[in-house]
Amino acid sequence: MRIVHRKLFTVKTSKFYSTVNIKPALYRNVWRPVIGLEVHAQILSASKLFSRVCAKYGAPPNTQVGIFEAAHPGTLPVLNKRCVEAAINTALALQAQVNKVSRFDRKHYFYPDLPAGYQITQKDCPIASNGRINFIVSNPASNPKIYHHSVRLVQLQLEEDSGKSIHDAEFNRVLVDLNRAGLPLMELVFAPELHDGEEAAALVKELSLILSKLGTCSCKMEEGALRVDANISVHKESEPLGERTEVKNLNSIRSLVRAINYEIERQVDILEGSGMVVNETRRFDNVSGKTIKMRDKDTIHDYRFMPEPNLPPLWLYDSSEPNYIPSGSLDINVVRKDMKELPEETRQRLMKEYGISLENAMILVNDNSLTKYFTAVMAQNQRQARLVCNLLLNNLLGIINSLDISIENCPMAASSFGEVVDLLQNGLILHAIALKIIHAVCVDGDSRTPTEIVLANNWSKFSDELIDGIIEQVIKNNFAVVEKYRRGKKKVFKTLMGKAVAATESRADMQKVNDILKNKLDEE
Amino acid sequence: MKCLSGSIKNAVQLFKQKQISPLEVCEAALRRQETISRLNAYIPNAVVETTKSEALLSSQRYEKGTPLSPLDGIPIALKDNFCTAGIRTTCGSNMLKNYVPIFSATVAERLQKAGTILMGKTNLDEFAMGSGTVDSIFGPVKNIHRSGLCYKFIDTSGEAIHTSAMKPTGGLEKDDFYITGGSSGGSAVAVAAASAFLATGSDTGGSVRNPASFCGVVGLKPSYGVVPRHGLISLVNSMDVPGLFARTVDDVAAMLAVISGLDPKDSTSVPSNMKTFELPESPSIEGLVVGIPKEYHRPGMSSEIIDVWTMIADLLENKGAKVREVSLPHTKYSIVCYSILNPCEVASNFTRYTGVEYGQRMNSSQSMEAMYALTRSQGLNNVVRSRILAGNYFLLEENKEKYFKQALKVRRLICQDFNKVWSEKVNLLLTPVTLSASLRYSEFIKYDNRSQTATQDICTQSANMAGLPAVSIPISLNDEGLPLALQLMAPMGKDVEMLSAAKWIEQQVGYPKLRVIDT
Repeated sequence: MRIVHRKLFTVKTSKFYSTVNIKPALYRNVWRPVIGLEVHAQILSASKLFSRVCAKYGAPPNTQVGIFEAAHPGTLPVLNKRCVEAAINTALALQAQVNKVSRFDRKHYFYPDLPAGYQITQKDCPIASNGRINFIVSNPASNPKIYHHSVRLVQLQLEEDSGKSIHDAEFNRVLVDLNRAGLPLMELVFAPELHDGEEAAALVKELSLILSKLGTCSCKMEEGALRVDANISVHKESEPLGERTEVKNLNSIRSLVRAINYEIERQVDILEGSGMVVNETRRFDNVSGKTIKMRDKDTIHDYRFMPEPNLPPLWLYDSSEPNYIPSGSLDINVVRKDMKELPEETRQRLMKEYGISLENAMILVNDNSLTKYFTAVMAQNQRQARLVCNLLLNNLLGIINSLDISIENCPMAASSFGEVVDLLQNGLILHAIALKIIHAVCVDGDSRTPTEIVLANNWSKFSDELIDGIIEQVIKNNFAVVEKYRRGKKKVFKTLMGKAVAATESRADMQKVNDILKNKLDEE
Repeated sequence: MKCLSGSIKNAVQLFKQKQISPLEVCEAALRRQETISRLNAYIPNAVVETTKSEALLSSQRYEKGTPLSPLDGIPIALKDNFCTAGIRTTCGSNMLKNYVPIFSATVAERLQKAGTILMGKTNLDEFAMGSGTVDSIFGPVKNIHRSGLCYKFIDTSGEAIHTSAMKPTGGLEKDDFYITGGSSGGSAVAVAAASAFLATGSDTGGSVRNPASFCGVVGLKPSYGVVPRHGLISLVNSMDVPGLFARTVDDVAAMLAVISGLDPKDSTSVPSNMKTFELPESPSIEGLVVGIPKEYHRPGMSSEIIDVWTMIADLLENKGAKVREVSLPHTKYSIVCYSILNPCEVASNFTRYTGVEYGQRMNSSQSMEAMYALTRSQGLNNVVRSRILAGNYFLLEENKEKYFKQALKVRRLICQDFNKVWSEKVNLLLTPVTLSASLRYSEFIKYDNRSQTATQDICTQSANMAGLPAVSIPISLNDEGLPLALQLMAPMGKDVEMLSAAKWIEQQVGYPKLRVIDT
């Protein structure tokens, strides 16, 4: 087992991903878990994938249903352009190859939440394939090291979501809500290149950041906008891959981690007990924290795939290529030109521009609003990034988090926060006072500017002369102690320092107080 | 009313000259529908409530001199697999017996916007699966020829042909009758009997051309995509086309102009250059290259069909066309290929009929699956269910390569045959439509639906495989007084050129008009 430690904050952009894949330690020193993810991301779109019906979340049951969603006879699918653009956008962000021709297929199964009896998806010719997601694995709790990992995106396909059915056991009936039916999905199939729940979580977090940044998915897992299926197997490193199980519909990062880690443990237990892992579909039970086998009836399917005859192949072209022929539905290059800065690029930019650490860059980029807040503060007065990061990430965030307020709704505007930074940076206040100002604005709702608050409260830092005078006074008032010190009893310095601190009302730089006091005592 | 069995141009001229009103023609058409009611062409109680008020509105438009289109006021009928908002659309099936769509097919909508008067929905084989129009929950449709209804034949000069000297028109013995062909038999009869000037059909393997040929009317299967399918209840999406029935080629052309063209609701529809076209008064066939595919000379083809085929080929050649034998070697696989592709798409398309969202639902307290099973076994007939079963079998993972994918390859070979012929500068193909004239019902039902379809679709099916336009043109009456017809096929998108040639043939053969005598 090779563990590569690397100080990532010093890595230069161009070499950023040259890191060798780092695998977490073997499980029980023998077993290598292998995990692959399939992510269903609902595309942010005003209407459904194949109809003009509204795609609003949270509407009353069966109010977002048209004749196509209800599979009325004679209705035909019409592909939503916005969804194609979103898929191209996402594919480009994941360095995937956008296919010039893609096709739609029907995947059949009988279920009341799928009124047509088939889902329109892309099987053999997806809109994009062969991409990659790079991400940083950092989980101080279980693993002290931070490392980069990279997983191949096998394919990205467009498909429609199903409705929801609720089984009412008491009255032996099935209730169906078709609001979700026909919502646009991107299914992202990743190669089995992950090794534990933390890595899986890191992938999904980075994917969420990317999709949110692109605006192609809300990534609200609690709303089902991002759902993850995990394929899990374990094997001994010298042996071929083990039989895998699939855990479906993991709808939070936490359950993803728990489900994977539980499943690894379960499979290892089976194998160590000389049992066999069965290829099956399981679901994760949040309450017990266990994965549970789904009924065979729900899992064994011959989907009888066939081409969707009502949708011609989707043709795309790329005007950035020499000798391109502009025939097709969309120009890939138009989407490419519109590409937003991706989270990793933002991290790199912040690190380069402001010289901040990777850890800080990661925290800043995890929240788009936080990135904006930070850059707004940094835009003026040549503020020190280290100081800003410290005050912002450790102090301001701490206070608003305790108030359960997001940075988006922060009571302290970036300009106001910047003013605090300036006061601090220019030596006009002490750090403790900065905290008091933030507290006053965020907690007490003080609407004055930081400078006004400082002046009104007499919080400004003491000048050197002032400190000098105060210390003179301390020496005078404690002559006996001073004498002791001067006779060599250096221990009493602490006592004198305490007196001096008390006299400066926490408004003086302690180091300075310390130095001046020492000088004065040693002078004579 | 003489106007009723005349041409659209004639009727519209009379409307414009205020010699007759759309309302009067509508009322005459309703009486005609009554006269022919025992032919079972229309879905029972399908006379649309708004028919007369629509006709009245059309009359008012002519009063004001503001007709909506060259079809304003013309009575039409729709095959009952075209969705009509607020009007029951049954597909001749228990499953949709009480289904009232909330939307209209694009074709229905375009015809309505053109001011046509919808007289009713026409009977069909259940879900358009059949070639006889004998498998409908509303019973079989009877051919008007030899039905026992009173009618006579009029020649092109307008003189009645003396039937005793010419062709028999009397009914058959013992309740037997001649079939209409199918599956759009109701529409073919509605037009043949002049209860409507125009009717839509749907053509997946010959369902328009076959009944057109048996009923003595013109039946057009346009190029795939030219007429949008939105609202046409799917049978085989990749082959279905809305088809057109009329008594003359000009009338078919007038209807095509109205219903063709790109539809944003159908991604397989194409822009049309047929929105405003009129066929030439006297079309020419000078220099036209007409291919006679030798493979269409089928065993079991009746001599009278071969005779008319030869006659028209000779006629074309004598009048300046170049007629040559061509080969479409894979045509013989068309039916077997179809018998796989059709069930596959059917199996897929029909999964939606569960009775959950709409349609007939049988209740079962046992389970959801039991409810599905009961609903589908009672809602769909044997023909439909056997195709679903077969299709699901062909699509299974272990069978797909052997059946479904193989059939797709054969389909491509069939298309390539046509392309090769077109590349050899052939403009049109002339073939029979059916192996014989119409059959007696008693004969027809000796074989099951599957074998009949396999036999009856032989000459028509490959046009659907390749998406080509094809038209059935009545040529003459046989000794039994039954229509004999031929088919023209053309390259994709050459619908207008094909109709021009069809019109030329129509002018040459002077096929007699059938005039029903209202009782």
